[in-house]
Formats: sequence, C-alpha cells, structure tokens
Amino acid sequence: MNETLAAPPRPRRGNRRWQAFARNRLSVAGLVILVVLYLAALFAPWVAPHDPYALDLQHPFLLPGQSGYLLGTDNFGRDLLSRLIYGSRISLTAGLGVVLIAALLGTVLGLLAGYFRGWVDLLIMRLVEIFFAFPFLVLVVAVIAVLGPSVLNVVWVLGLVSWPIYARLVRAQVLTLRERDFVEAARASGASSGRIMFRSILPNSLTPIIVAATFGVPQAILALAALGFLGLGVQPPAPEWGTMVSEGKNFLLQAPLLIVWPGVVIALAVMGFNFLGDGLRQALDPRYSG
Amino acid sequence: MLSFLIRRLLLMVPVLVGISFITFALLAFAPGSYVSLALSSGISNPQVLDRVREQLRLDEPWFLRFLHYLWDVLHGDLGQSIVAGQPVAGQIWAALPNTLILTVSSLVFAVVVSLIAGGLAGARPNTVADYLASVISVLGVALPSFWLGLMLILLFSLKLQWLPLGGGGTGNIAQGLWPFLSYLILPTIALGSELTAILTRLTRGALLDVISEDYIRTARAKGVSPARVLYRHALRNASLPLITTAGIQFGALLGGAVVVETIFSWPGMGLLTINAISQRDLPMIQGSVLVFAALFVVSVLVTDLLYTLIDPRIQYE
Repeated sequence: MNETLAAPPRPRRGNRRWQAFARNRLSVAGLVILVVLYLAALFAPWVAPHDPYALDLQHPFLLPGQSGYLLGTDNFGRDLLSRLIYGSRISLTAGLGVVLIAALLGTVLGLLAGYFRGWVDLLIMRLVEIFFAFPFLVLVVAVIAVLGPSVLNVVWVLGLVSWPIYARLVRAQVLTLRERDFVEAARASGASSGRIMFRSILPNSLTPIIVAATFGVPQAILALAALGFLGLGVQPPAPEWGTMVSEGKNFLLQAPLLIVWPGVVIALAVMGFNFLGDGLRQALDPRYSG
Repeated sequence: MLSFLIRRLLLMVPVLVGISFITFALLAFAPGSYVSLALSSGISNPQVLDRVREQLRLDEPWFLRFLHYLWDVLHGDLGQSIVAGQPVAGQIWAALPNTLILTVSSLVFAVVVSLIAGGLAGARPNTVADYLASVISVLGVALPSFWLGLMLILLFSLKLQWLPLGGGGTGNIAQGLWPFLSYLILPTIALGSELTAILTRLTRGALLDVISEDYIRTARAKGVSPARVLYRHALRNASLPLITTAGIQFGALLGGAVVVETIFSWPGMGLLTINAISQRDLPMIQGSVLVFAALFVVSVLVTDLLYTLIDPRIQYE
C-alpha cells in the first residue's frame, strides 16, 4: 500500500497513449473482438468442434444446439461454427495481406512523389487520380473476371487497386516534412535521398499510415466477402464468409441462419477494426490529445 | 465560373485517357487469346473466329490498337458483345437509366435519413436519438450490403410479402408509379445503408462543431425557432464536408450497385456486368467498366460545381 502514498510516476509517452486509447471504451471493445477472432483463426484446428468440410448428410439444417452442433448445420450437414472459425483464417489474413500490399506500394510511391516533386510527382499523382476515378469494386470485379477467381488473385488485385489512398496520404506528409529542420540537417550532413526518405521522413509519417491501414483492413474484408458472394472470390467448398452467404441464399426462407451467422461475424470483424481505428486515431493524433 | 469549368474539363482529359487505357489493357493483356475465349464461350465457327480476329485488330501492335480503341470510344462504339452479337453500347445505354435511378435514389435516401438522424443526434447529444444514430452509423458500415439485401428480402418479400422479390426497372414504369417504386425500395435501402452510416456520423460531428459558434447563439437569442436554427443556420454551414463525402462516396454506390443489382435482379449496369462475367463476355465487361468510371468522373465534377452553389464564399478563379 506504500505505492499509493508515493507521488505518481510521470506517465511515459507510450503509457499516456495507452490511456488515451483506453479512455474510449469502444476501441478497447474493438481490440478484444479482434484478439478473440485472431486467436480463433490461429488455433482453428483446436478451437473448431468439427471438421469444416465434414458432411453429415443425416443432419442438414440443424438449428443451433441440436445434436451437439453449437450453431447448427448447413444444407450438407456441415458444422456452421467450425466453418465460421476456419473462414476467419481466410478473411483475416487476406484482409491484412491486401493492406500490406497497398500500404507498401502507396507509401513508396507517395514518398517518391512528395520528395522528388516535378515530373515524378505529376506522373504518380495522375496515376492516383486515374485509379480514384474507378468505382473500386467495379474495377476489382472486372480484373478478377479476366484473371480468374482465386484467393491469391483477389488479394493481389485488391492490394494493387487500393494503394492510391496511401500514396496521397504519404505525399501530403512528405510535403510538410521535407522543409523541416531535421530533414534539412540530414541533407546538410550529406545523407542520400533514399536515406532521407526512409530514415528521416518515413518514421515521422507512420502515424497516419497506421491509422489508414487499420481502416483499410475492414474495407478489404468486406470486398473479399462481396467477391466471394458474387462467386469471384474464394470458391466453395472453402468456408469463406461471403461464399457461405452465397451458398446459403438458396435456402433463405428455409434456413435463414445459414446466412445470418456469416453476416454477424463479418460485421463483428469490421466493427473490431473500425473501433480500433477510432481509438488509434485518438491516441496517436496529437490534435485529439487534450 | 466559365473559365473554372473549362479548366476543370481539360483536367479530366488525361484522367479519361488513363481510364480508357486501363479498360483497354484489361482485355489486351488478358491471359489467353481472344480466340480461346471465344471458343470457351461456345463460338467455334472458323469464319466467325477470323472475323473476330479482324474486328479486334489482333495482328496490330498494342499502341495502334489502343488508338483505334480510343477513336471508337470517342464515337460511342464500345465494340460488339461476344454473346449477344449486338453492340455493347446499346445494351449499356438501355441499362444505364436503371443504375442511375438506383444510385441516385440511394444517395437521396442516405442524405435524408442521415440529415434527420445526424441532425437530431448532433442537436441533442447523449439522448436516445443520439444513441440510435450511433447504432445506425456503426452497423451501416459493418453490415455487408449483400447480407442486408438478403435480410430485407427475407423479411419484406418472403415473410411479410409486402414488396416484390426482385426485378423491376424502367421497363416497369408503364404499370404506374407504385409498382415501379415497390421494386426500388429494398435495393435502395441495401445500397444506401453504408452511405447513410457515414453521413450520419459526419452530420453529427459537424453539428457538434458548429452548434457552439457565436452565430448559432445569436440566432437563438433573436428567437429563431430551434428547428430553423438547426436546419437553416447550423446544417447549412456543416454541409460542405457532407457534399464532399457524398460526392466521393458516389463511386462506392456505383461499385455497390454491382452487388445489389445482382441480388435484386435490378436490370442495371451492375447486373449487366455480372452476367457478362458469368458468360465471359469480355467486350461487355470492358464497356461497362469504362462507363462506370466515366459516370464517377462526371459525378465528381458535379460535386465540385455544387460547392459554389452551396457556399458562395468559394470562388473558382
């Protein structure tokens, strides 16, 4: 009990940020949702009560709890809960993969545009404008239609189509940072352009990239599910959430739960990332800290 | 204003050329030759294949083909549909009004609902209205439109049997206004829910920022009714970010139309695209992607022009 009497230690920066983050209860809830979902994905073989592909043709369309199936079964008698858990492996990794590709590409192009200005900037920003001119999902659907549907294609295409947001963001950061004293100092000490870009400017513009990436993951998850639903994403019998809705829609009146559950899980994952993003923005953005 | 418009239109040229190049590249560099694609879609007559090969100038280098493509597009020629054997442009032209009707009605739906919900929430923070608005803005973004669409069908078409399952469109308009609208309601809600959520959140935030300004206090002090303060004084000044977001999000509505039209068999460009995909009708896919992008570019232009109408302080000179 001595500790309570002692003067409280000055909070460290990380500590203060965590407090700013934890003040928003929703963002903590988001973090908890994501931790649970990712743990389920990681330990799917141990967590899932059944084999997600195992048919039980004697027991189709079971309601939750019947015959030991916690969320019931689909038209082939496959366990819905196990399929949802295995589905989280696909959606959650693919979502991260898409954002990784997009953020890497967008960051590099944004750095180049903002740092070198001139024709490099002109070229890259025109490219950004052209990509922004396409309704995102239309372009993705068309490219996938040409390349053929597969998880890998979907991840690549989604990543290659969503980089412009990051490029624009990073460019704006670079334009404000490149005239600052510490960049000037690096330049005066003879650092190369690459070193200045990646060692001086990039670390100081990470915050908006991280926040944008956090909001980018749920976008990717929703796009992946929409593609799966249209038959252009993960192919059945793989247990992807959107694909599961697509399979279930033929039994809409008979067994609506086949569709309800995947929708609930998609919404949970999306809410998790959105809440986390809100919290991160408040905690990391100096304009929000009181 | 006129010089702004001209400059703005000139700036669109490189973007439109870039868009055309991407749609051109979609086919030109697609894996597998046209001929094998034609074969896979059931065309095997060698004479037809030769005609296709000649029509598509497959023996010329790609940049020449691109120039030809650009020339054709400028003349409203989007090529021939492989499956139907008819001009792509004609089919898109027939489907275009339906997509415009659906996206614009979703936009109107989103703006009206979000102004009411966000307005009430912003005016009375921490009340039931505010709580409801938060639920709308969280769920609307998180629930996938295809899922919401199916749930709406389940409830209103299958269980309650109030509204039709799907179909409709401009071909239906001769039967009267209600039959036409009855097909439009569910797709509008499914497509507009995400934008509703985004705009509700934005309206609430913008109102909270504006409501403490001096001119609001002045308006209240001189006895202006609360509703008038909210909608004339506060919302008008909060509307610029709303218009920007609505303009940018119109692209998301166009993209979402691909999914929503498929669920409700709404005969627009989205359904046309998805059908073209399932039939591997590449010229059709190419044409509709191009038109979708052109629509979006025009909608961004309209958004820019709207600024000047809403906020006379903005002058483009």
